Amino acid sequence: MSKITIPLGPQHPALKEPENFMLVLEGEQISGATVNLGYNHRGMEKAAEERTYIQDLYLLERVCGICSHSHTTCYITNVEELAKCETPKRALAIRTLVAELERVHSHLLWLGVAGYEMGFETLFMYTWRDREQVLDCLELISGNRVHYSINTIGGVRRDITAEQKAEVLKRIDYLAERTSYYIKLATEEATVLARTQNVGKLPYDVAIERGAIGPTARASGVARDVRKDEPYLLYSELDFKLITADSCDVFGRLVVRALELVESYKMIRQVLNNLPEGPIAVKVPMRIPAGEAVNRYEAPRGEDIHYLKSNGTDKPERVKVRAPTLANLQSVAYMLEGGWLADVPLVIAAIDPCMSCTDRAVVWDPKKGRKQTYGWEDLRKLAIEQYRRRGVDFTRL
Amino acid sequence: MKTFDKLVTWSLLKSPWILHFNSGACNGCDIEIVDALTPKYDVERFGMVLKATPRHADILVVSGPVTRQQAKRLKTIYDQMPDPKFVMAVGACGCSGGVFNGCYGVIPGIDKTLPVSVYIPGCPVRPEAIIDGVVKLIRSVEGKK
Repeated sequence: MSKITIPLGPQHPALKEPENFMLVLEGEQISGATVNLGYNHRGMEKAAEERTYIQDLYLLERVCGICSHSHTTCYITNVEELAKCETPKRALAIRTLVAELERVHSHLLWLGVAGYEMGFETLFMYTWRDREQVLDCLELISGNRVHYSINTIGGVRRDITAEQKAEVLKRIDYLAERTSYYIKLATEEATVLARTQNVGKLPYDVAIERGAIGPTARASGVARDVRKDEPYLLYSELDFKLITADSCDVFGRLVVRALELVESYKMIRQVLNNLPEGPIAVKVPMRIPAGEAVNRYEAPRGEDIHYLKSNGTDKPERVKVRAPTLANLQSVAYMLEGGWLADVPLVIAAIDPCMSCTDRAVVWDPKKGRKQTYGWEDLRKLAIEQYRRRGVDFTRL
Repeated sequence: MKTFDKLVTWSLLKSPWILHFNSGACNGCDIEIVDALTPKYDVERFGMVLKATPRHADILVVSGPVTRQQAKRLKTIYDQMPDPKFVMAVGACGCSGGVFNGCYGVIPGIDKTLPVSVYIPGCPVRPEAIIDGVVKLIRSVEGKK
């Protein structure tokens, strides 16, 4: 059968950012995949060199709207390390709290997106409705729903009152109850199993070889989590389990994320019930002493790395960000190979790409010069139809 | 022809179909746009439906500061939309470049690339602000009618 190359992207309506996949098809099966990046390149690392440390905090927060706290915390740890500042323990606790709330919001968001790509729209609406509870908690604590800006050099901006604590705990109880329902749904519902099991396989060896990280790696049995390997903030004092799965497929990634939600609730309760007393911030001089620092942080999608070089002025000389999706994209190419065209949306969504974007796919046959355009939406419908013919149908639920 | 125009305006006002385009945003506005479609805010009750293709859309909802890579794609997508069409610039960076103003990879502000009808400021915008923006746009079209 002749090979067909399909460009997927770079425009996408329902999801987030732009990227492009070139898929080589033999019939319905994928025989090769390449990832093209750069549609979202804004030049932030260069811009960070022209701004002061405190301005960079707000710039780097906008690397990503979903894991914004991850980037600022990773960056600020570097700055505080160079400034040799003792961050108060209460500030670290508040940062840990916001980090875990952010993980809950990100994983719930992912669960909804995965449900949507599967054709299970009820799950999408359910999880996004419940996600509002977390956003309310974040708004209560920081004053904003998405870019929390809770960090400031030397500590955090806002303290947590007893009323806020009670309110957050109340919402966490509700979410914990809902999550147990989602876990039951993900592990027992036959339609979900049929769409996710043995889809997008990533064996243990390949996950190591391609440097997969975060929930993507943990679903392949790689027990790697910065929170355990190199504890930062208050993680060394918290009691939580490192969740892994060994099914190495989309189902495993679903289970890992769902179970991580439960661990996050546990951590949020621990932090709130044992908030250390004391100040929430210390003063740090504008000029940061010359030096270099590197830090790792477990963002919801995996390990986030920040490098900072300072030259003794109030502006950094170099800022380098390695976001988790970049590391996981290498694995996506492997997962797609040998799979079906119909599974593409789900497999790409399964790593929770922080720069997805794959609306328009053009099927192009170079021999016949024929072109057929697929929207992401069409591709999703194609997948749902194909599985329906095989007996996987969500409309009967 | 006049009856046809009336029909087009009527359907636009009763059920504006939107297309979401990310021109290099940080995802903050994008998740808030999707949020506006989910149960808590639910703009679908106003007849607003998120469409996948520009050829079905009445309103182009653009977030992000427009990266150089995305500028020509944004223009193509706008050209593919049928008349009458409107552009909504969502977020501070969509309005003026916001925090990305001055970055080398960015052409700050959507109005440098496309004619913009509604500016919704905020970083990121709140879903309520998006709903308010759409309602204001519909009111202004109603006024012209």
